[in-house]
Amino acid sequence: MVSALFGAMESGLIYAIMALGVYLTFRILDFPDLTVDGSFVTGGAVTSVMIVSGISPVLATIAGGAAGFLAGCVTGLLHTKGKINSLLAGILMMIALYSINLRIMGRPNIPLLNETTALNQGRSLWDAMQLDSIISSPLKAIGLSSFLPTSFFILVSIGIVVIIVKKALDWFLHTDNGLALRATGDNAKMVKSFSANTSNYVIFGLGLSNALVAFSGSLIVQYNGFADVGLGIGMIIVGLASVIIGEGIFGKKSIARTTLAVVLGAIVYRVILAVAMQLEFVKASDLKLITAIIVTGALVLPNMWSSWRERSERMKKQKAMQQSLDEERRNEVATAQTD
Amino acid sequence: MKLLQLKQIEKVFYQGTPDEKKAIQGLSLTLNEGDFVTVIGSNGAGKSTLLNMVAGVLFPDEGMISIDDKNVTFVPEHKRAKWIGRVFQDPMAGTAPNMSIEENLALALGRTNKRGLRRGVSSNRKKEFQQTLTDLNVGLANRLHTKVGLLSGGERQALSLLMATFTEPRLLLLDEHTAALDPARAEHITNITQDVIRENNLTTLMVTHDMEQALQMGNRLVMMDEGQIIFEANEEEKRQMSVQDLVEKFQQIRGKALADDKTLLHK
Ligand SMILES: Nc1ncnc2c1ncn2[C@@H]1O[C@H](COP(=O)(O)OP(=O)(O)OP(=O)(O)O)[C@@H](O)[C@H]1O
Ligand SMILES: [Mg+2]
Repeated sequence: MVSALFGAMESGLIYAIMALGVYLTFRILDFPDLTVDGSFVTGGAVTSVMIVSGISPVLATIAGGAAGFLAGCVTGLLHTKGKINSLLAGILMMIALYSINLRIMGRPNIPLLNETTALNQGRSLWDAMQLDSIISSPLKAIGLSSFLPTSFFILVSIGIVVIIVKKALDWFLHTDNGLALRATGDNAKMVKSFSANTSNYVIFGLGLSNALVAFSGSLIVQYNGFADVGLGIGMIIVGLASVIIGEGIFGKKSIARTTLAVVLGAIVYRVILAVAMQLEFVKASDLKLITAIIVTGALVLPNMWSSWRERSERMKKQKAMQQSLDEERRNEVATAQTD
Repeated sequence: MKLLQLKQIEKVFYQGTPDEKKAIQGLSLTLNEGDFVTVIGSNGAGKSTLLNMVAGVLFPDEGMISIDDKNVTFVPEHKRAKWIGRVFQDPMAGTAPNMSIEENLALALGRTNKRGLRRGVSSNRKKEFQQTLTDLNVGLANRLHTKVGLLSGGERQALSLLMATFTEPRLLLLDEHTAALDPARAEHITNITQDVIRENNLTTLMVTHDMEQALQMGNRLVMMDEGQIIFEANEEEKRQMSVQDLVEKFQQIRGKALADDKTLLHK
């Protein structure tokens, strides 16, 4: 159970990068981009092929992200220059990428277990510095030894990467260009009247989003130890689930708050999934069904909760009003009697 | 000096279909620097179409448009915006609702300044915004962080007007920008408009359905019908005219009554 939870948190952190990309399109650009299912795999495919052919894994990871950027830009071009409806542009790119990913990989599956990945490299550095014992000794001292994972490497290293990505995104969205990008999703007609080329912002925004998605895919492939062409199926739903769960639980007051919420949402989603998978009657093949149920819950529950709260608020007011009416009535009766 | 020139503009919608509509027909108009022209006309006269072509939202089928002697006929909207400030009729149209007042203002600065990776709302800019809003005196100065979507229609139009003008455009286009407001707010925005235009000596093209306003504001008046300018009045002539004169003028020229449901409702 403990290891399942830690595993969920680790993969949650990696998927958080993908969720930030989905947040950028769905929320900031108001563009329901389905390229994600394809570009996630593209990132992993490019990275794994490069690693297998002996190129530096860090470079391979960066190249994975760059491939995603290109894929996103193509979706943006289809939409802005080709005037194709946003959903359709994403779907077209998604199925095109399925073939392209197979081309890149050359076969449906590439194992990386015997290769040196960026994560392996980091881990050897980590082990050399004996950071695990430094982290776990104080925790062991307070009697938590049975709750500790075998290594904190992924949590810490990917955690740092996620924080950097989140901060960079927060920063960018507050620059002059970032403001124009946000306004493009908010009121495109208006930004045009303020000298912004909205098409370029849509293309760039989609590129950036899919770069994050592909980067996440590249890390997942290295984390799992294999690349698979079917890895991206339903990825968009996972990203949306993270955004919706995160916003629902942690709020969306400001950009910085929302990006944090999205990251935490991705982790919460993985943890819920891990807990569900621990249940006796749940089979591995139920995964997609559970995903659908979680997303539906995330969409429906906050609404139900707030309308329930409103109603109970109204009931309370109603009662108070009735009481004051009764009070008045009693006073009237009392004064009538004294007269 | 000639600032805006429109020469023999033609615009047809749905050309070659049964729905064909000649929106602008052989229209020519010149604005000199500092001119403030009010535009009136019946519904469907082509006033918005005219402004949209000046702004580059639409391109004319025939004719030429130049700004500061530069041919801009087919320059796309976002490039032309460098010289043009605009306020729309719909208070929702001119601002980004999910962004704060200060973010909207920073965005508006991008009309003339090239956008880069500098912080949009820097502390310097923030002080400037605060000052500008204080000068505007519409009670927004202490609400820089407020999301624009939460503002009233009047507040939004005031902000839109500020966003369109505080970077001093060469040309200001106003398309019935007070039409969606209640009379008191409309008057307030009208006053602000007049002040802003006078202070910055902005060359302005303003569409209005309020003939009283069209006579009082600006130094020239243009009356449109069926895509043509049918009557023009200069400052002197304008001063002599009443709304009644305008209505009669229209009837005399077109042989029909000026049909503007908004005007009728107004009077
Ligand atoms: N994008 C468009 N496509 C097709 N027809 C249009 C378009 N824009 C305007 N028209 C038509 O062109 C004519 C002129 O419209 P326009 O909006 O310029 O009139 P207006 O003078 O602004 O009227 P109003 O006072 O109602 O705002 C109308 O008949 C209108 O239906
Ligand atoms: Mg109009």
